[in-house]
Amino acid sequence: MNVSSAVVRVRGLVKDHGQGQSRVRAVDAVDLEVPQGQMLAVMGPSGCGKSTLLHLLGGLERPTDGEAWLAGRRIDTLSERALARLRRRSVGFVFQAFHLVEELSAAENVELPVLLAGRSRREAGCRASLLLERVGLADRARHLPSQLSGGQRQRIAIARALANDPLVVLADEPTGNLDTAATLDVLRIFEALRSAGQTLVIVTHDERVAATADRLISMRDGMFVDDTRLAGSHTRGLGGLIGLEG
Amino acid sequence: MQDAVLAMLAKEPSHGYNLRVRLRQSLGPLGESMNPGQIYVTLARLEKAGLVVCERADGLPERPDRKVYALTPAGQQRVAAWLAEVGWPKPDLAEFHLKLVAAAAARLADPVELVAAQRRELLRRLREAQRAALAEPAGSGAGLLLEGVVLRLQADLRWLEACERAWSKGDDRAEGG
Repeated sequence: MNVSSAVVRVRGLVKDHGQGQSRVRAVDAVDLEVPQGQMLAVMGPSGCGKSTLLHLLGGLERPTDGEAWLAGRRIDTLSERALARLRRRSVGFVFQAFHLVEELSAAENVELPVLLAGRSRREAGCRASLLLERVGLADRARHLPSQLSGGQRQRIAIARALANDPLVVLADEPTGNLDTAATLDVLRIFEALRSAGQTLVIVTHDERVAATADRLISMRDGMFVDDTRLAGSHTRGLGGLIGLEG
Repeated sequence: MQDAVLAMLAKEPSHGYNLRVRLRQSLGPLGESMNPGQIYVTLARLEKAGLVVCERADGLPERPDRKVYALTPAGQQRVAAWLAEVGWPKPDLAEFHLKLVAAAAARLADPVELVAAQRRELLRRLREAQRAALAEPAGSGAGLLLEGVVLRLQADLRWLEACERAWSKGDDRAEGG
């Protein structure tokens, strides 16, 4: 693969948590390349290191060893300030617990990262209405998060993650707190993002979410144990799924 | 059933009675309802199809469970093909379970690998069903059917996860008995 086409690239990535006796290797010598436009899902049991990996990819944590690049730029050696700036502008995070600012309206939550990136109030407002429209919540712009359902809050959080048109969206259990209908809403948004060429890395427990991805990596004890390409592989068609064939 | 019996013979030639005991052991309470004669019917069919050969143990009375059955080359090929197959038309959990048990016993294939291959296949199917479900308008009947397909595949995938955990412990404990 052409290096320049990989949005996310890591080599020999290691992350230890704790010190001395209680030291645990959360991520163990991982290599990964995620090309532009790929939707990658990472699955594995609790404690396998998948969330830590996501934090390392997005510069929320620094690796103990190894190297990490974002769109060809080395990030593990950046200063704290440069890293914070890069996170704000180039990475969109989506968390299981939404992490919205409760005192701000839906629209203000989406505007915030645009303003923090140094753009004007007007630009932020335009961007927020566009994104709320895209996640189907234009009519909830003035609502506070507490007035919204879990599914709606997560859609606001996704709109916020997209605020600065990030190179990659990193989602940690994005449907972990959602019911089936809300999960499907989120999956429809991811699907639309994927079609639009957005690069996505999603850590999940939900096979349903994982199956929407182009590629699925299974993690165990900090290592990749399986790397499966799901895209473009057709089976016997839907008839086969419900026993209409054969 | 035929494939499972063939695969059990991959470890070593065996008496019908011995096969029955192993099958019962692997299936636990699920095997209790099995007709005791079923194994001999299956073996007779397999012999007719040229997949097993039968040798009478010398000096013993002529009874079906005194016969020793062994795989023919064609039988061996069929076992290899069965192990590699990732079909899941009607999820037959017992058959897949026995496949893993037989593969481990005869050291024919790594059960963890078989589980991984099956999991990949089911994930691809889940992806297809999921995409079709997402494309359905809310409240459509086909959407409801697809929801059922998705939920069943999800349940199967969770069970495969449990299989993976049990077999990756690296011993034959998952065989039971």
